[in-house]
Formats: sequence, structure tokens, C-alpha cells
Amino acid sequence: MSTPTTQAPETGTARVKRGMAEQLKGGVIMDVVTPEQAKIAEDAGAVAVMALERVPADIRKDGGVARMSDPDMIEGIINAVSIPVMAKSRIGHFVEAQVLQSLGVDYIDESEVLTPADEVNHSDKWAFTTPFVCGATNLGEALRRIAEGAAMIRSKGEAGTGNVVEAVRHLRQIKNEIARLRGYDNHELYAAAKELRAPYELVKEVAELGKLPVVLFSAGGVATPADAALMRQLGAEGVFVGSGIFKSGDPAKRAAAIVKATTFYDDPKIIADASRNLGEAMVGINCDTLPEAERYANRGW
Amino acid sequence: MRAAHRWYIGKAVLSVSTPTIGVLALQGDVREHLVALAAADALARPVRRPEELAEIDGLVIPGGESTTMSKLAVIFGLLEPLRERIRAGMPVYGTCAGMIMLADKLLDGREDQETLGGIDMIVRRNAFGRQNESFEAAIEMAGIEGAPVEGVFIRAPWVESTGADTEVLATYDGHTVAVRQGNVLATSFHPELTGDHRVHALFVAMVRERAAAGSR
Repeated sequence: MSTPTTQAPETGTARVKRGMAEQLKGGVIMDVVTPEQAKIAEDAGAVAVMALERVPADIRKDGGVARMSDPDMIEGIINAVSIPVMAKSRIGHFVEAQVLQSLGVDYIDESEVLTPADEVNHSDKWAFTTPFVCGATNLGEALRRIAEGAAMIRSKGEAGTGNVVEAVRHLRQIKNEIARLRGYDNHELYAAAKELRAPYELVKEVAELGKLPVVLFSAGGVATPADAALMRQLGAEGVFVGSGIFKSGDPAKRAAAIVKATTFYDDPKIIADASRNLGEAMVGINCDTLPEAERYANRGW
Repeated sequence: MRAAHRWYIGKAVLSVSTPTIGVLALQGDVREHLVALAAADALARPVRRPEELAEIDGLVIPGGESTTMSKLAVIFGLLEPLRERIRAGMPVYGTCAGMIMLADKLLDGREDQETLGGIDMIVRRNAFGRQNESFEAAIEMAGIEGAPVEGVFIRAPWVESTGADTEVLATYDGHTVAVRQGNVLATSFHPELTGDHRVHALFVAMVRERAAAGSR
């Protein structure tokens, strides 16, 4: 080995940000509101936790403006666990994102679950060292977020409902649109970019790769091991579980069961075993009775 | 496993010298390793069950979350069979979380965190810091000819100390980031994210050598 020379390290590169999400694949990211819950999540095999003050189901119930969580609370969770910690900023609230970066969170979720701070612009995510994950309901939305610097995409689903129907809709939509692009020739990709309202270069990249250039997770309504496995069989590379775990009867058991089903998503026997005796699932809301104004997926564009 | 056929990545025409290398697919960047191994002329396949270990000549433990991987390895009965294969000389390569899994001893791990072991070393988890400190740097690695390897370090561990039989292959900023002991190789960084397949080629050569030695 030659004499070791230390080169200046380059932080915050696209490869390091997107690469972080690659490490989360096949895993479950769980919403937690206390250090104790964070420990339960880590014990259950979560690959990361999302630190927030209220889970989406409670945000729904309480109403009012939902904002970034208290820094003390986020730091308490960072100190409690050894796995990565994510936290949410409001859409377009780049100062909340700056605060989260300064706290040392590992990923920022610019999330529709919080009340949007800007009805026109999302945050410029290239300006940050901390990587961002953003929600999307379709391919154009996903690519607009990636153009703004998102290093990971998740389906929006409908958070806090315990109903997986919207997550299924969004994931199928994204996968179908990707499959359609695969069949287009070079002439058609320009018009496709116009229709998708997304940069041509990204549209072309997706057509060539047959997938997004970043990791795609599912979020919004996953409540059972079978829900998690469903999302993975539909093409999600991992799942976020929000209210589904700590709004259920036996969070530790349900969390571990969802982790197992996410890894063995194509093995019904293991999913069956994981689904036994989990106690009460969260109650759940029927999305078709949800008023338009209460649909979080409509936030962001 | 019904979906398995979608996962196989490799050469359509097999020769006797094409080793089959598994990628531990409990969690992590499995796909990137399958692609890199295929590019380095191995037949690569994901493995998640003890019985699937019988089919492989070597194993890659990918990057990911080591606490999750370790927990799933225990629950699904992979820990002992894997330790057995490693003791019997099966070549293994671990990146990042994979390096943690191959450490005989851990610092800053969870108290109940099980590793497979295989390399006489003490590894410190998340030693380079949190995600904001994750970085890229050029790494000179013994056994890799030509330009330095592009080192992608993500919440990366480093090797705190090594035993007498453990060879240090690379250091960064005074810390050991690549090691080999016998048939077991580990790096703190992620060559699978770079498109440069030289480290995987080195590992495939190790697997080939081992297979040739076994058949003599």
C-alpha cells in the first residue's frame, strides 16, 4: 500500500444522498413520537424512525396547523437510538428544513402530512447536505420533486387513515407511467415530458432505466403485515408505517411482524405467521368518505 | 420462491469457472451488488433462507442497517448456518453494514446485536458520523490496480483495531476502511454504488480460487 494521503472528503453529493436511501431498501421506517417508541421500533428491526410530535391519525383528529416538531423532542429521539432518524418539514418551509439539518437528522421528509407553508414552491433541496424524501401521487410529481433535489420518493397514500387504497393507487400510477415510458421512442419522450410536466432529461433517464433514478418507498395507510407485503409486491422498495404501529393494540409485536413481512413479501406462509394474534389494528378511515379538504395527498403538486 | 426468476442476474452461458455468489437479501442495497457481481462475471442470486446457502460458492453481505439485518438473521435461523459456512472457508465480502456483520467484535453496536464474525477486528459502528458527515473520497486499496477506488462512505463504520492475521488493505484519514483475513473481505465503503466493479472482481477471483482449491 502506498503512503496514505488524505483527500478532502466531499459531503452532500447526490451519490451520498441517494446512496443513503439505497441502504434503507427492503426495510420499514416507523413514525415515533417519543424516545421509548423509537426504542421499540429499533428493537423490532426498523431501518429508520421518523421523529414527529403527533402521528398523522392524531394530526387529523386534532386539526389546526401541523408544523415541524420541537427540536428537543427530535434530539431526544436521535440520542435514544443508533439507527437513522428522519423528521418532517412543511412543504416549502425551507427554514424548518434548515433547522432539521442543523439538528443532524439523517433525512428530511418534506411532507404533505404537515400544513404546507408555500402553495407554489417546494423547498430547493439541492441547497442542503441532508437528503430529502418527498411524497408523490404520480410520475410527473415524483420527477418534479427529484428535479428539486429529492433523493428518495415515497407514495403519498392517505396518511393517518390506516387504509392502504390510496398508496396502492399512487404506486400503481407511478409504475404504470414508467412502464408506458419504456415503450416510447425518442420522438415521443419530448411530448411525454411536456405531459408529465417534468424535465426531459429525467423523463429520458426513467425511460432508459425502467425505474426512478432514486429509491421508491410506499407510505400512507399501511397498517398490517399483508399491507406492507402488498406494497412491496406492487414494486415499492420498502415501506413507511405511520400511525399503523403505535395506534394499534400491541405496537412491539405489530412492528416486528411488519418488518418480517416486508423482507419475505413474496412468501405468504411467513406473512401468515407474522399476521397471527397481533391484537387490534388501528381503526381506520374510509377514504371515499373523506372530504376533499381533509385529503393530504392533494397537498403539493 | 415464485418470484425468484426475476432476480437472477448473470451470464446466459455458464462455464465451469463461473461461480455462484449469493447476496444476503434480508435488507439493504442487494440489487446494486447483484448488478456488480454479474458485471464481474459471477452468477449472482439473492439468498434469504438457510437452504439457499447450499447453492452458493461465496456470499456478499450488502450495505443496509446492521441492527435490522442481524435481527432478521437470528429470527430466520441464518446466523449459525452462515457462521458454519464462514468457518468452513466460504469466501464472504461485506460492505458497510456487511463489514459490521463480519466483525468479531463491535463498538457502539446495540447490546444484543449479533454478528457473524469471520474477521479478527473491532469495528466501530457509525464511526464517521451521521448522514450529514457521509462523504466521497478517493481510496488507494491494496490489490486494486490503476486509479484509486471511489470510496462512498454512508454513516460508515471504521475498523478500530485488527488481529495479527488481518491484512489492512486501505486506510482513510488514519482509519482502517478495508481489510481481509483469509477468505473474508470487508470495506467501510460501497463500491456497489459507483459502477466501478474492480473490488467485486477481486472478490469473484477469491471465490474462484477457493472453488479451484476445493476441486483439486
